[in-house]
Amino acid sequence: MFACLHGNGNLTALGLEFSPVVEQTAPDTVTLDASGLERLFGFPQDVAAAIARRASETRVKANIALAANPDAAICAARGFAGVSIIPQGDEAKFLGPLPLSLLAPSPELQETLERWGIRRFRDLAALPPLGIAKRLGPEGLRLRELARGEAERKLVPLDPPPGFEDEIELEYPVELLEPLAFLLARLLNGLATRLAMRALATDELRLRLKLENRATHERTLRLPVPSLDTKAFLKLWQLDLAAHPPEAPIVKVWMGMNPVKPRTAQSGLFVPRAPEPVKLELTLARIQVIVGEGRVGSPELVDTHRPGEFRMTGETRRAGWATDDKRRSSVPPGPGGLPHLSLRVFRPPRAARVALASGQPGFVAAEGIRGKVLEFSGPWRTSGDWWTSNPWARDEWDIALSDGALYRIYCEPRGWFVEGSYD
Amino acid sequence: MRAAVLKKQFESMLGGHLDWRSRPLPELIPSGLSEIELPRGCLTEIIGPASSGRTSLLVSILAAATAREEVCALVDAEDAFDPASAAAAGVRLPRLLWVRCGHNAEHALKAADLLIQGGGFGLVAMDLGDTPPQTARRISLTSWFRLRRAVEHTPTVLVTVARQSNAKTCASLVLECARERVAWSGARGGASRLLRGMGVQTKSTLLESKRCSPVFMATAI
Repeated sequence: MFACLHGNGNLTALGLEFSPVVEQTAPDTVTLDASGLERLFGFPQDVAAAIARRASETRVKANIALAANPDAAICAARGFAGVSIIPQGDEAKFLGPLPLSLLAPSPELQETLERWGIRRFRDLAALPPLGIAKRLGPEGLRLRELARGEAERKLVPLDPPPGFEDEIELEYPVELLEPLAFLLARLLNGLATRLAMRALATDELRLRLKLENRATHERTLRLPVPSLDTKAFLKLWQLDLAAHPPEAPIVKVWMGMNPVKPRTAQSGLFVPRAPEPVKLELTLARIQVIVGEGRVGSPELVDTHRPGEFRMTGETRRAGWATDDKRRSSVPPGPGGLPHLSLRVFRPPRAARVALASGQPGFVAAEGIRGKVLEFSGPWRTSGDWWTSNPWARDEWDIALSDGALYRIYCEPRGWFVEGSYD
Repeated sequence: MRAAVLKKQFESMLGGHLDWRSRPLPELIPSGLSEIELPRGCLTEIIGPASSGRTSLLVSILAAATAREEVCALVDAEDAFDPASAAAAGVRLPRLLWVRCGHNAEHALKAADLLIQGGGFGLVAMDLGDTPPQTARRISLTSWFRLRRAVEHTPTVLVTVARQSNAKTCASLVLECARERVAWSGARGGASRLLRGMGVQTKSTLLESKRCSPVFMATAI
């Protein structure tokens, strides 16, 4: 037995609630294999009533038809309003009054049938098959079969929605990272195989650990480029969980992967080699364990005049390293191709005691710095952000000290500071 | 013994003495200064006291490497890197990986080792410029040897900046910077006084041959 839903709303979801074999016949028509539903609901009328009840609950407006073959059910659902149940063997009689336009014949064939005065299913069903085959060919024969409700075919089922998630419920709580790694490896391999079967990769991995104290520990790994390297994923999870351990033993592990198309890029022969993205992520994760989070990345200047402002950027930039980035630096190396004088910054700035002579620095003492000012230029007065809650204002000097070094010092309301040394 | 005989026979057949042991010289890459070139797959040390032009030289090397589309890494032991002056010097910051080690030379050493082992970088620089000499001296020669071995046979240039030479024989090239003069402009003590730049002399020691390069000028404005 087959059921057909024709109307508006999420017909596919409704169909999948009743059968695993669902065909999306048209955008407004869904056909499902309803065989076996009698055991659940009883007679075909009860099956149809159950589908209609669920449709009204989910606000789906659809005609419902049940028949012994899918095409008869489709014709009935498209032709009759409400619920139609076609008894097996009476398809031709049941479908007889429907107009032939429901079968969507080709324009030439429809014109021929119009000229013959054949407008209903029953008219076509009454014609002899040999005569139809002679005059209308295979298309005419197929239309006759459909009109009689005798067409047999198999459904083309929808692929179930791909779910790249998996979970393991544990019999006893896991406390250590090592046994957890085995479970993670199992989940990773399973999910990666599923992705590989669909020629997909992932750029985001999500891990949800249910803990013994009923809390949930969630972590997310984002990769700069899609990958399926399960060994690297496992190592990244190990490093991440070592840096952010859950607060209690684990009783359930859930993992999800974001499916994306794999990256297809070919480097040019003359493009310099760049670090392999996933391997680099692993290296950076290892370095972050050593130096701390947020201390590894590419520096980016911020659009402000506040001195020393920058931010560290993460994986988005590293994704472009492997490709040929044609953007060139717009800044020339310096006047006449000479290198720029660079500043070594003291972080945090060193608080200084400055003795003034005629309003200018004469002697400077700070941590590791002490000397008479031999030369200076300044003050260079700057200020900004006075319209915000975090304004800044300072007077800067470039000084040459008697210890032989060049420094940049500044004075602000909090006092004197050595910002760095020119080197 | 048999190998020596075979070698002699082979040489007599080819009609001359063959140099069996010498390795090909490493590829040299420009540093951004016409007089200085850096060998790939080798350790280069830039040494000198504070305000001797070491950082300007390193930033110039980074600018030249990023301009060649290479990906560079800077392992900064003392958090002393200034992105604004590096960008002004022509360093393409998106192609630079900056590892801030928070005043820990040991972390810097480990991070540099991991980056070299990871591969793919055109240049890895380790800045120990503000690390106290007694701390830098505590880094064992074995660690330097390990770094040298790691970078060997790779296209990566490994550069370290420090106050004094620490890697000793592990370094293939040592560039010793010394400040020669500081250029100021404008009347002394006047409002128009400006720090114009710094003249730096570098003395390079490459494979036991020493030579002095002409003075280069690092300009402030």
